[in-house]
Amino acid sequence: MQVRGHNCDWTQVWCKMKSLRSEFYRAKDVNSCYGASRTIAPFYDKLSIILSKDAGDNPGMETFSTGFGQEEVAAAPPEGETMSMSQLYADRSLMTMNGRKNCRSPYTYCHLAPLFHGVAQMIKQRRWRVRKKPILPVHHLPLPRPKNMLDLEVDVDDRFGDLDLRNDSDIPEVPPSTDSTPEILKRALSGVSARWKNWWIRGILTLLMILLFFLIIYLGSFMLMFLVLSIQVKCFHEIITIGYRVYHSYDLPWFRTLSWYFLLCVNYFFYGETVADYFATFVQRREQLQFLIRYHRFISFALYLTGFCMFVLSLVKRQYRLQFYMFAWTHVTLLITVTQSHLVIQNLFEGMIWFLVPISSVICNDITAYIFGFFFGRTPLIKLSPKKTWEGFVGGFFSTVVFGFIFSYLLAQHEYFVCPVEYNSETNRFVTECEPSELFQIQKYSVPPLLKTVLGWETVNMYPFQMHSIALSTFASLIGPFGGFFASGFKRAFKIKDFADTIPGHGGIMDRFDCQYLMATFVHVYITSFIRGPNPSKLLKQLLVLQPEQQLSVYKTLKSHLVEKGILQPSTKG
Amino acid sequence: MCEQESESENKLDGETASDSESKSEFGGSAPVPTSDDTPEVLNRALSNLSSRWKNWWVRGILTLAMIAFFFIIIYLGPMVLMMIVMCVQIKCFHEIITIGYNVYHSYDLPWFRTLSWYFLLCVNYFFYGETVTDYFFTLVQREEPLRILSKYHRFISFALYLTGFCMFVLSLVKKHYRLQFYMFGWTHVTLLIVVTQSHLIIHNLFEGMIWFIVPISCVICNDIMAYMFGFFFGRTPLIKLSPKKTWEGFIGGFFATVLFGLLLSYVMSGYRCFTCPVEYNNDTNSFAVDCDPSELFQLQEYNIPLVLQSVLGWKTVRMYPFQIHSIALSTFASLIGPFGGFFASGFKRAFKIKDFANTIPGHGGIMDRFDCQYLMATFVNVYIASFIRGPNPSRLIQQFLTLRPDQQLHIFNTLKAHLVDKGMLANSEDM
Repeated sequence: MQVRGHNCDWTQVWCKMKSLRSEFYRAKDVNSCYGASRTIAPFYDKLSIILSKDAGDNPGMETFSTGFGQEEVAAAPPEGETMSMSQLYADRSLMTMNGRKNCRSPYTYCHLAPLFHGVAQMIKQRRWRVRKKPILPVHHLPLPRPKNMLDLEVDVDDRFGDLDLRNDSDIPEVPPSTDSTPEILKRALSGVSARWKNWWIRGILTLLMILLFFLIIYLGSFMLMFLVLSIQVKCFHEIITIGYRVYHSYDLPWFRTLSWYFLLCVNYFFYGETVADYFATFVQRREQLQFLIRYHRFISFALYLTGFCMFVLSLVKRQYRLQFYMFAWTHVTLLITVTQSHLVIQNLFEGMIWFLVPISSVICNDITAYIFGFFFGRTPLIKLSPKKTWEGFVGGFFSTVVFGFIFSYLLAQHEYFVCPVEYNSETNRFVTECEPSELFQIQKYSVPPLLKTVLGWETVNMYPFQMHSIALSTFASLIGPFGGFFASGFKRAFKIKDFADTIPGHGGIMDRFDCQYLMATFVHVYITSFIRGPNPSKLLKQLLVLQPEQQLSVYKTLKSHLVEKGILQPSTKG
Repeated sequence: MCEQESESENKLDGETASDSESKSEFGGSAPVPTSDDTPEVLNRALSNLSSRWKNWWVRGILTLAMIAFFFIIIYLGPMVLMMIVMCVQIKCFHEIITIGYNVYHSYDLPWFRTLSWYFLLCVNYFFYGETVTDYFFTLVQREEPLRILSKYHRFISFALYLTGFCMFVLSLVKKHYRLQFYMFGWTHVTLLIVVTQSHLIIHNLFEGMIWFIVPISCVICNDIMAYMFGFFFGRTPLIKLSPKKTWEGFIGGFFATVLFGLLLSYVMSGYRCFTCPVEYNNDTNSFAVDCDPSELFQLQEYNIPLVLQSVLGWKTVRMYPFQIHSIALSTFASLIGPFGGFFASGFKRAFKIKDFANTIPGHGGIMDRFDCQYLMATFVNVYIASFIRGPNPSRLIQQFLTLRPDQQLHIFNTLKAHLVDKGMLANSEDM
């Protein structure tokens, strides 16, 4: 190539070749869909010629001579790419073999060259099957409608298996998201410039979401649970849809049904475990529910097994790998979304403050980090998210801690937020009435000497909960963003701008909730480790399930323990 | 063999020559061609036999060696069993992760091998902490550092996991994002399968060694019996995924396994060392299996249903109640257990590998032997939790002791009211 005056490294040529190839495939994909408008890829016709020509004329590589090659190839030699791809790959594999010291794995570049020829050959075969005419530049010919898009794929598994995944360039890009802002907003903001317009849309939507949040809180715990459940389902749907797009697997047999079925099973299991505890009195009264509770694990396992067996029976030849990928994708998504949403609900039952303060801290961190970054941002924070800056990060941290402090002070005064949520079987509603625990009773703290000089106070009246809120806010600002980076990396990996288009200006639901996930688990772990022991109602439920003799012996042990500790007077009756 | 089968199937489907050739190229160069790693001893001993019978003999000898090994381990006791379960788990994890590396050509991803092993360590730490604390309760309470570790166990495990998560996020390298996410997902799914199941096995073990031995033997027996029935009588193929399995083998294996389960549980229920829950004795600092056998393991008279009376000629039979449960276990092992095997076959076909690894000559990797066991372990655990015993009373007492006094009082009063309701406790009783 240097002879012809191209002064590039083989890696650069390789990368260029791969990107061209991927664009070619993408255009081919789109073109082969009936009714899709033609897309043009650079050198489309030339690439199709190269790929078909290549398979025909490389004496050096041990591939297959099918005999079709020579007759059909159009004679026009390509102009731009002077070097045939086969030679390029041969050189590269040679160089790779020499350059690689630790070629331990058999799956290295070394065998990619013949593989690529296989793929090229298959591509050519595909075109041969589609029309038995001399090859003309492809965009002149109408393509027949495929009965099933997968028929044209020689082997979906091979297509994914052979591509070199080291370079991300072969992921098809999603068409740019349509502008889904409502008409009203567009008209109202038509006068404003584009930059500020975006800012205004985001701002208005943010306020709307916060208002919705307050409304739901006002409506009570049941609505909150319902909201959490809908968010979970929507997040699951968004992530699964991305999986379908990545793997072109929208038509896999049974798969959509199976994904939703697994979501149902896992939700049933979790709701059965947690909700049954809280509704213990409600459940005790009804016989059928008793049966369901007693054998709950068995029933959930049987349901899950049914789904598993259906999956195994639905494995279709030539799509095995795809089906396994989607199976794993579904399970990882379930692991992320469903477990976290149940931890959120468990936190909620501890007391609405345990639900509100963490979520608001994360939201506040997002907003204040954005604002600080907007005004003072200079040093980039991490390569994954180029818009985040250290100034935003640190400023967000301090403001979130202060916000959490003040917010928990405000909330800790109201019983409505502080008391554990209980289900009252008489009124059939959730009640939050109790003696506030000592966490939520004002205590005097002496201010450390450092701050005494600054603030001028000797002691301060605080709720102990506010100390905990500092821990929660710290986590929300320091570790919460990692959830956001994870989601950014995910979006970059799969080349999507947003998870979905549900919220104008913001993207999908998952975009708003990506930082919340780690937070929910942290709050749950924090509560079980530092705040309270095991759940008393769950313990009670387990006690009531024991055999009567065991119950009696437990009763005796407990009684002796309580008497020892002086909690129970030994002579009390009944 | 798997590749040859798939190739012949593909040719039957009318694929063009180049497709199957490319497939064979990929298949041929992809896994390292199975080197014949049967030990030299066996090779020499069997050098006279034809290759078909040679394969049969190698498999047979290795099977017997594994079964003998199994018996030795059982003899050595629960502690060694736990160690073996842990080693098997680590080896399975390693095998599956290696396949992932091979599939994604990702052996050189920065940090990734470290991170996978780190996550394995974290999850194991979490699970062992949860289970071991329960069983070693008194030991843990005595030692101060252990007590703190167990009190804040969840928090510590979560912090460890989070560290791994943050390291993953920080290690994301441009142009390798998708690969890294794939490997992250792969690691987590593998952990989900391998680690949770091995911990359920250890739970089952602590219930009593019989709950460990009978299920595992039923699965092994089903494998062997189905193979034999299929070998001698096999004709109708069972499922496209595994062309060598037949309906005759399936059904024959089912009946043989149920019978085998009945006999084995009869033999084992007589011995206390198998039926008693494993407990840790603080004084001797070792595991003890000493107890009064529960009613599950006491002989009882059962009336034979009329149908079988004429066949067997007995009116009643003395059986252990556990044998009835063993029928349920064997049924699961023969009917649903094979789905685990089909899943693993599908997996091997999807990723075009013949075996998970080459650890055991003639059999493949450890994962190949244990693929049917995984569903079984979960089933046994769920079965025990649902039908055999309720929660562990001593564990409940421990949890009770950590509650606040007002909560303790509340629970105590509720329990008392419940017992009075049931008539177990007279209203005016004090003790």
